[in-house]
Order: sequence, then structure tokens, then C-alpha cells
Amino acid sequence: MSKESTYIPKSGFSKWFDQRLPLPRMLHDNINAFPTPRNLNYWYTFGGILTFCLVTQIVTGIVLAMHYTADAGLAFASVEHIMRNVNYGWLIRYIHAVGASMFFLAVYVHIFRGLYYGSYKAPREILWILGVVIYLLMVITAFMGYVLPWGQMSFWGATVITNLFSVIPVVGTTITEWLWGGFAVDNATLKRFFSLHYLMPFMIFGVVILHIWSLHVTGNNNPVGVSVKEKQDTVPFAPYYTVKDAFSLVCFLILFAWFIFFNPNILGHTDNYIMADPLVTPAHIVPEWYLLPFYAILRAIPSKLGGVLVMGAAIAILFILPWLDTSKVRSATFRPLYKQFYWIFVVNCIALGYLGSQNPEGLFLVASRICTAYYFIHFLLVLPILGLVEKPKPIPESITKAVLEKMEIRNLKEKSAEA
Amino acid sequence: MSDKDPKQPSRRDFIFLATGAFAAVGAASIAWPIVDQMNPDATALALSKIEVDISQLERGQAITVKWRGKPVFIRRRTEEEIQMASRVDIASLPDNNARNYNLSSDSSASDENRSLDENGEWLVMVGVCTHLGCVPKGQSLGDSKGDFGGWYCPCHGSHYDTAGRIRKGPAAKNLDIPAAEFINQNVIRIG
Repeated sequence: MSKESTYIPKSGFSKWFDQRLPLPRMLHDNINAFPTPRNLNYWYTFGGILTFCLVTQIVTGIVLAMHYTADAGLAFASVEHIMRNVNYGWLIRYIHAVGASMFFLAVYVHIFRGLYYGSYKAPREILWILGVVIYLLMVITAFMGYVLPWGQMSFWGATVITNLFSVIPVVGTTITEWLWGGFAVDNATLKRFFSLHYLMPFMIFGVVILHIWSLHVTGNNNPVGVSVKEKQDTVPFAPYYTVKDAFSLVCFLILFAWFIFFNPNILGHTDNYIMADPLVTPAHIVPEWYLLPFYAILRAIPSKLGGVLVMGAAIAILFILPWLDTSKVRSATFRPLYKQFYWIFVVNCIALGYLGSQNPEGLFLVASRICTAYYFIHFLLVLPILGLVEKPKPIPESITKAVLEKMEIRNLKEKSAEA
Repeated sequence: MSDKDPKQPSRRDFIFLATGAFAAVGAASIAWPIVDQMNPDATALALSKIEVDISQLERGQAITVKWRGKPVFIRRRTEEEIQMASRVDIASLPDNNARNYNLSSDSSASDENRSLDENGEWLVMVGVCTHLGCVPKGQSLGDSKGDFGGWYCPCHGSHYDTAGRIRKGPAAKNLDIPAAEFINQNVIRIG
């Protein structure tokens, strides 16, 4: 990637400013002029969508915190107060609650796009690892946020998840009591979760900046997976990708708005409109949809410690993914076998999500065990072996060649259709 | 100690190490209060004893009371339930420790070691599944009591028998028995 700055200060003031703090120069070089592969498709617009989601959550969250009360006796009522009395409170809360789901929807598309096009491979390992860190922080933030309304699912979700730490040998109980600030999930727990839930989005924001920084050092991957070689392989980010990202964002917002205005509670659980009761466990405890695959893995393992370890490993394995995939070819477009295993893996993850919502009994339990095993087989056996045995299709010489070839084929087809 | 011999540690090295050590101790002494403030506070630790009137309980009935933020199951067992629990071979249990705070920590999980009184009529346990902390079903008459007639945790499918011992499912330990004693015929003190 070219590192030469193309910023030219236009006025006397901007020249004066540039010599003291070259912030406009940094923004110009990284946003306006940033050279981006010319062949990015719509799957590459989710980075922008995710940035939008993060900002949305922070803005609505700050506003909600003005009306919410973090106290076990008052929290539930304060959420109802937001819904009924605060001007537009219903809208802001629904944006925040639906926004969490949309955030995860976008991040899953973003992650699976990376898996398909091999965006985790050299030289983008750090970029990928930072992405996994962001995802992990998102999971923790979402979990803590879900506790704040202090409904039945909030309370029992918090109880089940914090109890995961009790499996740590010797110090497990000490750690869970430290997390709770008592002998069970209670007022102290709610207050600290609120404090940390407010903090973590800003930590995510920090890691996002590192993620983008790393992206701008290595440059974007692209659908053919061939590195940028010459200037004509790229176009400036503005206006080409600002417009593409904006169009994609508008489509995403249509779905977002549909949830907010027509079905705001479909992604939640009705039990969370019952106030937390430490003496009654709901018949069926489930996490939010975006964590169901991990819940299925947790329950697939018959031992308590084993379940927690394997669930942790399911995320941890993503950190070492760049070194598990032995193939040098990035894009699945040119990997006929990987392409098939990729889709099997996608189906397997969706199946785990479904199984996480069911009772772990009979066939469901057997199926979750098979799917859990396959999840790890994909990373530990399929990916290392495929790279050694697979014969990739011929790879285009450059991004430009690949684009022109595609255009030629399209032109020929149009001509033959006319004739 | 000569300052000029490069192989010998110099006074500057000493000052450097001493400064680093002081900074580390200083940082730790500030870090600890920030960590420790999250531990259970004085109100959580203070007076965590309750007294429960059990005079209204018939055999086969149970009540749930709240102690330290957790449910405690008090059950007056029927003769049949006691028989079921005492017939079990202790060696065959997943957890053969009594988990009874009132006894020494290596007591076996026999039914006598689990119940509060000599007849084995009264069972007092913390009603928190030892798997991931849900409240098991089995206190109310209509509840599913699991495969062993005691309690059943709906969250992840752990079955407890009529002495609150884990028999099947992901939980690894028997339900905990808290410090408890009869103050008189009608009142149990927990804690």
C-alpha cells in the first residue's frame, strides 16, 4: 500500500493547523484517499455497518443511563418507567435492545465473510485476532446489559453464567462470590454489571481503532484473495466505498427499523418482563439467540468443568485459526474443497444455535454432541489437512485481470443474448 | 563495590531495582483495595442467621425460605422417602460426601448424615443446583421430582434423590446442607 500522504492543505488556516496537529491529514489519508481494492462486494460493507452499530449502542445507552436506576429494588420499575413515561423512551430502549441483536447479526456476517475469503491469513493475523477480541468484548458487554432490566431471564442468566466460574478448582467459590459481591446474584452484582456495561463499549471502541489501524497497514483483503499489486487494482475509498457502504447501511437499517417498529420483542424472551425472583427458576433458561451455539456446546459435555472448558475453547480456537489453516490460497472461490466444508461449517453453527434453544435431552443431546465435535473437527482436522491435499483452481494474476475477465464474460453473454 | 568495574552491579543498578520494587509494591497496595471492594461487604456478611417456624409442616410437605439471598429447602419427609434414601449403596453415588456443614468435611453421604434429626424426618438444604445455580423443582406438589423422587433441575437436567444427593445429570455435588439446628421443637435456626 502506498504510504505517501496525498493531503494538500487548502487554506492558510489548514496549513497552520497541519503543522501543529496533522489530524485532517490523517483522516484524509485514511478515509478519503485510502486505496481500496476495486472488487470488494457487499459482504465487505459490514465493517462500516458494525461501526454504525457501535455508535448507535453508545448513544442510546448513554441516554438510557439518564433514566435507568441500577438497584435491585428499582431497576425493573425504572425500565418500565422508560417504556411508559420518558419521552420517546420506548423508542430509545427498543433501538438499544434490538440494536444488540443487529450488532451480533452484522458481526456474524463479518466473521463468516472473513472465513470465506481467508481474511485471517498472512499478513492479516493481528487484524483477525483483534477482531476476535472485539467479539469477545461484545459477548461480555451484551451479557451484562441483558442483566440490567432485572427480569427473570436477566437474573437466572446471570446466575448460570457467573456459576461457570465456580468450576475453577480450589478458588472457584471465592471467585464467584467476588464476582457477585455476596452469596448469590443480588444488588451488588447488578450495580457492578451496570458500571462495567457502561465501560466496555469504550474499550471496544479502542480495540476497533486498533483493528482499523491494522487494516490500514495491511490493506483490505478482497473476494479473489490476490494482494494489491499496482495502482489500478485500487480505487480511493471516497466516493467509491463510502457510497457502497452507505447503500448497504440503508438496506440494513430497513431490517433494523422493521424489528424496532413492528416486532421489537421477538428476539427477546417474554420471561424477562417478570421481575427477578431469586426463589423461582424459569422452566426454560435460554440466552439471547446470538449466544445459543455456545450454550449448546456447554450443555453437550456431560461434565461441568469439561463443558466450561470446551465452550471456552470454542472461542479460543478462533485466535489460532490463522495457523490452523495450512492453505496459502485465501479466497474460497479458488478452493473447491474448502468451499464445501465452509458451507457444512456454516450449517453446523446454525444447527448448534437451534440445539442451544432446545432441552438437552434425547436426540437433541446426541445431535449437540455431534455438532460440537464437528465444530472442533473443522478447525483441528479439516483445515490443516485440506491445505495439504486440496488442488486449488488457477488464481488470477491480479485483481484488475480478475475484474476484466468477469466483465468480458458478461459482455460475451450479453452479445450472444442479443444475437 | 567499585562503580567502575562493568561486571559488578553498580550503585545505579541498586537504585534502579529499589525504585522498581517500591513502585511495584506501591501499585499492588493500591490495586488490592480496588479488587477487594468487590468482595461481599459488611451487610452481606453480617447476621446471616434466620429462624424458621416449622410447626405447621405435615409429613410430605416442604417450604422454601430465603437465606443469604438463596433459597433453602426444608422438607419433612415421609417414611417412604426416608426408606428410599437410606436403601441406596453409598459407594454407587456420584458424590459420596455428605456436604453437610454441621459435620466434618469427610463425612459420608449416608442418609443419616444428610438429615437434621435422628429420625431422618427433617431435611434442610440450600436449594441451589450444584451445577450452575438454578433452583431445582420438587418443592411443590405438582413439580417434576426427577427420576429419583427428590428434586429435578430443569436448567440442565440434574436429578437429586430424596436426600438431595446428585444421582444423574451434569451436577457433580450433592445439594449443600447449611449450618442448621433445632432451637426447640418448632423452630429451626439456619446459619
